[in-house]
Amino acid sequence: MAAGFRDVRPDFPLLAAHPGLVYLDSAATSQKPRVVLDAIRTYYETANANPHRGAYRLSGAATEAYHGARGEIARFLGAADVDTLIFTRGTTEAINLLATAWGRQHVHRGDRVVVTRLEHHANFVTWQQLARDVGAEFRICELTPDGRVDLDQLRLLVTANTRVVAFGHVSNALGTINDVPEIVRIAHAIGAVAFCDGAQGAPHLRADVDAMGVDAYAFSGHKMLGPMGIGGVIVRRALLEAMHPYQFGGDMIEFVFDGDSTWNTLPHKFEAGTPNVEGAVGLAAAVRYLDALGMDAVRGHEVALTRYALDQLSTIEGLHVLGPAGAELRSGVVSFTLGDIHPHDLSTMLDVDGVCVRAGHHCAQPLMRALHVTSTVRASFYVYNTPADVDALVASLRKAKARFGAHVG
Amino acid sequence: MSAELDELYQSIILDHNRRPRNFRVMDDASVHADGQNPLCGDQLTIWLKLDGDLISDVSFQGSGCAISKASASLMTAAIKGKTRAEAEQIFTKFHGVVTGTHPEDAESMGSLKALGGVSRFPLRVKCASLAWHAMHAALAQHGAAGAPVSTE
Repeated sequence: MAAGFRDVRPDFPLLAAHPGLVYLDSAATSQKPRVVLDAIRTYYETANANPHRGAYRLSGAATEAYHGARGEIARFLGAADVDTLIFTRGTTEAINLLATAWGRQHVHRGDRVVVTRLEHHANFVTWQQLARDVGAEFRICELTPDGRVDLDQLRLLVTANTRVVAFGHVSNALGTINDVPEIVRIAHAIGAVAFCDGAQGAPHLRADVDAMGVDAYAFSGHKMLGPMGIGGVIVRRALLEAMHPYQFGGDMIEFVFDGDSTWNTLPHKFEAGTPNVEGAVGLAAAVRYLDALGMDAVRGHEVALTRYALDQLSTIEGLHVLGPAGAELRSGVVSFTLGDIHPHDLSTMLDVDGVCVRAGHHCAQPLMRALHVTSTVRASFYVYNTPADVDALVASLRKAKARFGAHVG
Repeated sequence: MSAELDELYQSIILDHNRRPRNFRVMDDASVHADGQNPLCGDQLTIWLKLDGDLISDVSFQGSGCAISKASASLMTAAIKGKTRAEAEQIFTKFHGVVTGTHPEDAESMGSLKALGGVSRFPLRVKCASLAWHAMHAALAQHGAAGAPVSTE
């Protein structure tokens, strides 16, 4: 446990209910602290009504809860212009919003769209299909041998006809932390927009969206201690105002005439239908919780844990860690293979010891192909993990290796 | 719980994973079919040589976890020399054993009973049954190229 970081496990009811559980899959989804569950319950018990619609006071309370949450989340992510935070179901929907509402308007035949080899399918396929549909060029920036975006290649790839550079803040598969300000500089140098997938960044690093200079930053609540089904995207106001809405319905309109309609102001223009108020309220409670821990302390905790994990894993012969070498270059994600044992066999054997890891391609098939693996085992850490969790992982891996015998290594 | 792992990863399973039988391309096959589980990254091809109604030769190649590879290997040994109808019957019985709906059939299945441990791990049934679904698809298409099967 890093200095100054208390044991937070008692705050998480699921972990209390499963005392032997070693949960190492927070990059897929995080567990939820009691304050998040309580906030959702309190909202329904005291303030539930359809926001924006009623003239009665209870609807006003719901509206206030929803927008109060927006303000807290925007502040947490370092965005001063609160109404440029658009709530979505999560990062995937946020990227689809950008590719549809912004992409269809601004990307045309002969233009270029650039992504990186590290991307999650949500930030890969979405742009690939946009490019396909409009006849634009889809280019992939390759990686350095240690799994970082090759910035020299990116500078060559981002040509004058490039409209967008879409990249992740942190790789979900390898944990690589990208040099966001430099990627933004490269995109902006030729007038392209820089869209950042923050699904794996926002939960673990101080995001500071305004300071990073990105044109859009997408995130998912459920990976940062909040509930599933809520997330969003912060978009530069000028882009948002010029964008045509991509979903139509209640709340997003101003006037509806027989032949045409006009649109509500931001953020409502991009939030058609009854919003996910419980999700927003729950996520606001999550960011308050993270704020109280302090994001620098969260990062410190994860670096210490990752360093310990890398050290301990290196003692297992035949175990190969993918991605950047140092704990400082990655978030709390360690992706590895063990000899010729298939990751799914490893995952089953670890599961029997109560160790939950992800095995598979991590929604990053283009990356797996480039690394010449079909799948890996991924252990990922968060605020509630401890060095004892790493010890349990290592002990279980040693048992699995012994079971599969001599053809490892 | 470790006993369950002992049952899942019996030495015969580990042996067939390490040294799969009939692991080769068959150039003169009558039919073949692909099986793919994209989520796992498992992929294999099954080749069958049909002599009238008889499966006179069978082989496979591909990559996957120990369960899918051992299951494919054990399957090739089990259906070689059988008629098409017999192979399908073995598949039905095998399916009942790995899903746990007919555990009593395991005893009459020879080496295949080693895969009975899969029934305790429902998430791994798709691994064990991939080769079998590919075999079934190969028999059904009888020469015409079909779409790959998946058990996800």
